[in-house]
Amino acid sequence: MPEQLAFAMEVFFNGLMAGVLYSLVALGFVLIFKASGIFNYAQGVMALFSALTLVGIMEGQVPFSHIINAVFGTDIHHFGWHVPAFLAILGTMAVMVLFAWLVQRYIFRHLVGQEPIILFMATIGLAYFLEGVGDLMWGSEIKKLDVGLPQGINDMIDVTTYEWFGYGFFIDNLDIVATVIAALLVIALVIFSQYSKEGRAMRAVADDHQAALSVGVSLNFVWIMVWSVAGFVALVAGIMWGTKSGVQFSLSLIALKALPVLMLGGFTSIPGAIVGGLIIGVGEKLFEFAIGPMVGGATENWFAYVLALIFLVFRPQGLFGEKIIERV
Amino acid sequence: MFYREAGDFKTSYTDDNQTFPIKFDRYRYYVVLAIAFGVIPFQINDYWANAFLLPFLIYSIAAIGLNILTGYCGQVSLGTGGFMAVGAYACYKLMTSFPDVNIFFHVIAAGGITAVVCAAFGLPSLRIKGFYLAVATLAAQFFLVWLFNKVSWFYNYSASGQINAPERTVFGVPVTGANTEAWATYLFCLVFLTISAIIARNLTRGMQGRKWMAIRDMDIAAEIIGVNPMRAKLSAFAVSGFFIGISGALFFAVYLGAVEVGEVFGIQKSFLVLFMIIIGGLGSIFGSFAGAAFLVLLPVLLKLIGVDMLGWPTDIVAHFNLVIVGALIIIFLIAEPHGIAQLWRVAKEKLRLWPFPH
Amino acid sequence: MLDSSDSYVTEDGRTIGAVVMEMKNITLRFGGVVAIKDISFDIRQGEIRAIIGPNGAGKSSMLNVISGFYVPQEGEVFFNGKPRPQMRPYEVAQQGIARTFQNIALFEGMTVLDNVMTGRLNKMNSGLLAQAIWRGKAEREEIENREKAEKIIDFLEIQHIRKTPVSRLPYGLKKRVELARALVAEPNLLLLDEPMAGMNVEEKEDMSRFILDVNDEFGTTIALIEHDMGVVMDLSDRVVVMDYGKKIGDGTPSDIRNNQAVIDAYLGVAHD
Repeated sequence: MPEQLAFAMEVFFNGLMAGVLYSLVALGFVLIFKASGIFNYAQGVMALFSALTLVGIMEGQVPFSHIINAVFGTDIHHFGWHVPAFLAILGTMAVMVLFAWLVQRYIFRHLVGQEPIILFMATIGLAYFLEGVGDLMWGSEIKKLDVGLPQGINDMIDVTTYEWFGYGFFIDNLDIVATVIAALLVIALVIFSQYSKEGRAMRAVADDHQAALSVGVSLNFVWIMVWSVAGFVALVAGIMWGTKSGVQFSLSLIALKALPVLMLGGFTSIPGAIVGGLIIGVGEKLFEFAIGPMVGGATENWFAYVLALIFLVFRPQGLFGEKIIERV
Repeated sequence: MFYREAGDFKTSYTDDNQTFPIKFDRYRYYVVLAIAFGVIPFQINDYWANAFLLPFLIYSIAAIGLNILTGYCGQVSLGTGGFMAVGAYACYKLMTSFPDVNIFFHVIAAGGITAVVCAAFGLPSLRIKGFYLAVATLAAQFFLVWLFNKVSWFYNYSASGQINAPERTVFGVPVTGANTEAWATYLFCLVFLTISAIIARNLTRGMQGRKWMAIRDMDIAAEIIGVNPMRAKLSAFAVSGFFIGISGALFFAVYLGAVEVGEVFGIQKSFLVLFMIIIGGLGSIFGSFAGAAFLVLLPVLLKLIGVDMLGWPTDIVAHFNLVIVGALIIIFLIAEPHGIAQLWRVAKEKLRLWPFPH
Repeated sequence: MLDSSDSYVTEDGRTIGAVVMEMKNITLRFGGVVAIKDISFDIRQGEIRAIIGPNGAGKSSMLNVISGFYVPQEGEVFFNGKPRPQMRPYEVAQQGIARTFQNIALFEGMTVLDNVMTGRLNKMNSGLLAQAIWRGKAEREEIENREKAEKIIDFLEIQHIRKTPVSRLPYGLKKRVELARALVAEPNLLLLDEPMAGMNVEEKEDMSRFILDVNDEFGTTIALIEHDMGVVMDLSDRVVVMDYGKKIGDGTPSDIRNNQAVIDAYLGVAHD
């Protein structure tokens, strides 16, 4: 097999993996949007915050240590214990549920019935707020995250592809794990939303708040549940990305990357988030591979958006979104 | 007691149409203008110019621009940073290619170029609405930043990728470069702000403003009663781009002097201006000023309190800034979605009746 | 039989002119649903034409076809004798067709005066530059058109709320503002979609008076969708009856009152 083609295939598979990670983040958006019409810009910062909290708990950091030290002149940083990954994840999940409750009670309950753009801007405010709180609580240095996921190049694939194609594919174990986890998560979410009582309630709320209320669905409960699930998805995404590139501010920027995914897949579709993520992941990497060298590289900064934009012009509701029928 | 309209009857439509129908407001406006043009230039120093006045003036122009697009016409844009960059780089190229033309005209021309670019990126708005449009403008934001980074023609092939504003004068007084004095840069920006505000006020008070607002409020009905949606939306993008471009040109040439596009005109800038119009008040010229003043002053005040008075390290104060801005956005959206401008209007209503409660 | 270009004088002395708008074999589908099936009727200059029928009959859709908002899959619209080429709704408005909406479509972010003034937009043509300068041409034009708008505001008795944001008004007043916005455009053809909906008897009387005055003073041709039979019989010169997308009656109010198909589908009979 010609080296360029093998190379291209490797880029393709890496693109698929990247796409899976995008889909993970996009999923969080779709869930909240489906249930409340809110486009949660803060989803990316939630991933960052959850990863920060996870590391903080695992390493026994004292929350808000910087401020405490600055105000009281002390010098405390750690409690001195280490918490095993599994427990820390549970602890972080509890924090995310608390966060969901707070957000529901103090923000979105007061914004019921507002226009989508107002809700969107509220989530931008929330993103800034959470980022600041996260920095104040845990500090803004880059942190290393290791929950015991396998990392490094997958030797088996490397060897096998070398045998078949004369070129060893570099595919990271972590990406494979991420793909599997994402697939499981999607299946779980789809089952949950389609077949469980809570999932049905969630879909009812997504369709029509008033109607759902009138059949006895508790809006508050559904929203807290949805934000908690989104928090869980954010945590998973945070763990994946954090393990890959360290827990740092740029993690929150994946929210921005999820946007073109949603534009492609439609804001209300779980399969759309997956397909959109894969298309963007593969498209980005292949475009950079093929055209990047000609224009100076770094096309990944904007390719996803331009692709989604072009797509939207021809199909404003995305691949799977509901067709917008306007009535007068 | 003093803030009254009693006895102040309007006898012509011209009078009724005034920007400040209440006498007190009109006098207040003249006083503000007098202080701005006649007093401040003599009192200003470098610190206040750089920390507050210059950014306030320049961001006010950007906020007016974004408010026209988002507040009046309802087209959400997250590309403000990128469009400011267009203004800055256009100004730079004009300054370096036509060094004999006065910078005043270069800034205006930069505005014009940005207007065209903004209108071009506004074309998708004819098919895409709401969120989707907001996200589409992100394409503009990221693409433009990438463009000014990669295509070296824009920064005259300099090795650092930075653009530097050469010295330029107006009536012999330097307004860009290293030898400027605070009052000169201040006045230069103030002139642009005043003209921009007047133009914006005129456009929004007439039929163009109504067409924009009609599109914002109910675009289908607007089209059925005769608004050409393409013309209305593209004109909003163009006018908005004009102001934002001027703001970008001034931000680069007069305020910073040197710019690296990724740091200065990134997505954070787009959010900053958006926050200004949310907090200040969507669909209000006064709100653009209020929001710009607020968000320029806030970090200055926080630094004063946090670092100078309390002795905290600067990064903690910076984190607090994020927390407070985020919280304020949320609070304003919940309590007063029409921003400071609405609070101001309500305060004036109460003042009109004072000392009576209602 | 009247020829399409003939005019005649009614009992109360109004002149009804030639056919100004004609729908020929209009069929409108939304996916699998047929909203309008092969409907033809005409509207004459100066008349008040009612379109009635049960809910879901396709009346609003018909109005939307006339406005240019929906494009029929089959059939043609004739305007002043000539087939109307497919055009965007705003171009239709420029031809002198104004309308009100079933579920009020006012611009909630503006005052009453601004809403009414938007109706004048096709009469005002100052460019962007002139408006940016304001003094001179743009201001003059604004004042001239303000005067015209104030006449209609006077006519519809809404002076006291002209600076009120429309979002604060009660339903009946909103309907009146919408009518003002349509009238101010000095339309040749005025389309009213359920102008009496949700009104009490007094409000209906006021609205009926306004509609008749508009037709009388300005000679405006009016097509209206309405459910109140009393209003329809009293106001209109001719009536079209629709049911399930088809036309089941077309004639004067007394013709319709005695049309068996119409009685079966819509009017009903008094039971002992």
